[in-house]
Amino acid sequence: MADVRVVNVSKKFGKIVALDNVSLHIHEKEYFSLLGPSGCGKTTLLRLIAGLIQPDKGEIYIGERLVNNVPPEDRDIGFVFQTFALFPHMNVWDNVIYGPRVKGFDMKKAGTIGHEVLEMVKLHERSDAFPNELSGGMMQRTAVARALAAGAKLLLLDEPLGQLDAKVRNELRYDIRRMVKDLELTAIHVTHDQAEAMSISDRIAVIKKGKVQQVGTPEELYMNPQSVFVANFIGESNFLEGYVSTMIGKETSIELRGGTKVHATDGDLKRGERVVLAIRPETFTIEKEAKRGENVILGSVERVVFEGTNIRYEVRLENQDSILIVKPSLMGKWFNIGEKVTVSFQREKAHVFLYPETGLKEEIAVE
Amino acid sequence: MPKTKMLEALDRLSSKKAVKYGVYLIAVILFFALILLPPILGIIIKWNTMQQVLNQPALMSRALSAVQNSFIIALFVSALDVATGVPMAWLITRGKSKWLNVLDTVSDIPFIVPTAALGYSLLLFWSEPGGVSSLFGNSLISQGWLLVVLLHFTFSYPVVVRVIVGALLDYKKEYENASRTLGAPPFTASRTVTFPIIKPSLIAAFILAFSRSISETGATFIVAGAFENGPVFIQNMKKDYVGSTYEGSIVFASFILIAVALAIFLTIRALGPKLKLPVTKIWPTFERKLSYSKAASSRDSVTLLIFFAIVLIPSLFVALPALQAIFTDTLPKSLSGAGVWGEYWQSLLLSYFLGAVVTILNVIIGLPMAIIVARRKLGVLPSAVLDVLVNVPLVVPSIALGVSLAIFWKASFAFMPEMVVLIFAHLAITYPYFVRSMSAAVERISPDLEEAARTLGAKPLGVFRTIVLPLTKYSILSGAIMVFTRSVSETGATVAVVTSLRTAPVVIVDWVMKKVAATPLEIGLGCGFLIVFSFIILLALRLIVKGKGRY
Repeated sequence: MADVRVVNVSKKFGKIVALDNVSLHIHEKEYFSLLGPSGCGKTTLLRLIAGLIQPDKGEIYIGERLVNNVPPEDRDIGFVFQTFALFPHMNVWDNVIYGPRVKGFDMKKAGTIGHEVLEMVKLHERSDAFPNELSGGMMQRTAVARALAAGAKLLLLDEPLGQLDAKVRNELRYDIRRMVKDLELTAIHVTHDQAEAMSISDRIAVIKKGKVQQVGTPEELYMNPQSVFVANFIGESNFLEGYVSTMIGKETSIELRGGTKVHATDGDLKRGERVVLAIRPETFTIEKEAKRGENVILGSVERVVFEGTNIRYEVRLENQDSILIVKPSLMGKWFNIGEKVTVSFQREKAHVFLYPETGLKEEIAVE
Repeated sequence: MPKTKMLEALDRLSSKKAVKYGVYLIAVILFFALILLPPILGIIIKWNTMQQVLNQPALMSRALSAVQNSFIIALFVSALDVATGVPMAWLITRGKSKWLNVLDTVSDIPFIVPTAALGYSLLLFWSEPGGVSSLFGNSLISQGWLLVVLLHFTFSYPVVVRVIVGALLDYKKEYENASRTLGAPPFTASRTVTFPIIKPSLIAAFILAFSRSISETGATFIVAGAFENGPVFIQNMKKDYVGSTYEGSIVFASFILIAVALAIFLTIRALGPKLKLPVTKIWPTFERKLSYSKAASSRDSVTLLIFFAIVLIPSLFVALPALQAIFTDTLPKSLSGAGVWGEYWQSLLLSYFLGAVVTILNVIIGLPMAIIVARRKLGVLPSAVLDVLVNVPLVVPSIALGVSLAIFWKASFAFMPEMVVLIFAHLAITYPYFVRSMSAAVERISPDLEEAARTLGAKPLGVFRTIVLPLTKYSILSGAIMVFTRSVSETGATVAVVTSLRTAPVVIVDWVMKKVAATPLEIGLGCGFLIVFSFIILLALRLIVKGKGRY
């Protein structure tokens, strides 16, 4: 069994709280990502699971075993470092068979494993090369091969693609996922890149300032964010501030700044409460014709950015709020700067959150 | 001309190629003229006198066996230093106790005790009735080779620990973490990953300990008794022979010391990188046993025991008679300058004056050389050759260097005052220390910063003043500290060069060797003053340096 349970774990570095009472359950054979901005505590959590640092409080289980006092070498893990950490005085081959050797495998068995994993990462022809003779992608593939060769059932990846070019990064992330699935491993992957996490993970934990904000599949996080932070961090969101004017059952009527009224279905709210509406840029409809109806707001186009696949419009609403709308560039008509438009959204596409106590800006800040 | 105008003029001047390369050329010429060539020429001038030794088989075999002793002791002590310094450095950098900061600072103490005082301290501790010997009824370790080994181990230990601590702090611990996550217990991880990666620093530490051991004269003379190594042999020749036999013997011994030291140094430099750290085989079960609490805590205990019992306490043992002296009439007598003290205070002043002059000269002529070496300013090959040559005085025994320097200057420039020759001798010995530490500091600065300053309009001197200098301020000061302490401690080159001038360590050696009648309390107090003043000066310099120039 290589599931991982983190139970009420806290960790401080001096006065800085890196992790605050975190609990998670990562299932066996799951590809799980820890996602969050820099300094949120995701790497700390991974290093705690690896045993490279010790928790101040709480328990960590790998399988059925409580591993708090188990040194890293006995946790049966493979760890892939952001900086590769390939041993500079050993060639690719010696790096790869290092794990089997220190675990006492005979040279024949170590050799068989070495050939297998190098075949898997397509580096067989470079086995004599030293790390400084390899490209970034090759170095990381060697690092993955080395971690796999140690025979662990749990693979921990600390921003494994952070130092690579965009194109290599995109290729390698699917390769890693494929290998993890082929070998039926459990993987925990730390990243600050939400696109990376969304594209390879079975589930994701979004972490902010040492606390888990939400755990879910990529779809769940995207479609149903549970906080302003997650709505902003996963994908993009427009935030419109207002007050709850009426509540009938689950139907909420919200008065935005400037008196514009909109409707949403979300939330367990009270009348008069200050709220924030989060709406994805791609869920807006943008039209030239003036029309009437629910959740229709007038505005004018302030900025147009052509991005190839998509086109982005910055629209100033009549209440002076500014929103972003993203539309496929090959579909429909394009709008020009200064053009008057009507924007609208479906009520079920709007997520309503209580206005954060610390302020909206502070709540969605990633630094 | 106002200061800024003058700086601007100098800045402009520095962008002229002729001026820039002129400065570098002067630095190189000074290096050859003052530091590298005089010792070589000194030996060549008196080459023929060696015949005197070759004609006397007894003297030759005495000289050869003395030189052999020097190398055996230096190699043994350096190996022992690295073997015991590694666990100490490990404890300092990897231990978790809050006392380790204190241990880190305390481990430097034997480094700041001038070696002559250290030699006397060790003699008191191991041999004289007041030390540990009193527990055994008679002298535990009498003067001789064993005490020389202990002495050399004691004064080179802090240097080795410092170098390895630096290497472990600079080392990316991620490699070790990677090794642990792959299943290696701590012992295996450090043996197969950490130490092979910091191997260049281990070799550097070995060379430093080796060169310190091969050079040391004053303290060795105090504890050697009838035992002779190279420097002691040269010293003894003074009283045993006169005229050309004396000259021949010291030139012979110096030549062999220099030649073998260089051969060893070059061999280590050439073979060091190819040396595979012992055994690539791994014994998982056995190494696992060595990795955890019992073995690790016994290793730490032995390390601390060695440090306190063999290094620290014997180094500071001289404090006892010094403290005793404070409560007798020795203290007022010393302060009044009566008896032996007149010469003592004069010698102390001379030592510090010499240290200061040599430090300033080093900064002036060493800085351009450090830049040449670090930035390959004179082309790749010439700069690399200079890089190797700069190290030469470091590995040449200082008494041999002093002997050949004295011959050269006195033979070629007889009018040269003894004081100037003494300054040149100390300059030659300390030069590599300064250039090495500065070139390492300059190498650490990214050339991008200098290029950025140039693209913003700074002239070469302006780049040096506004970028290189502020970023290396800390290294200049720490290099200066090293030069100053080395000069104040130096005995070998001093005794080889001077006839009338006496520096503080030379006076201490004379007192201990009973060339001048001084009581044990007086010797203790003399050493005490030397240690206290050195400590105060170092502390003052450290306070000045503290927090400055570290970015």
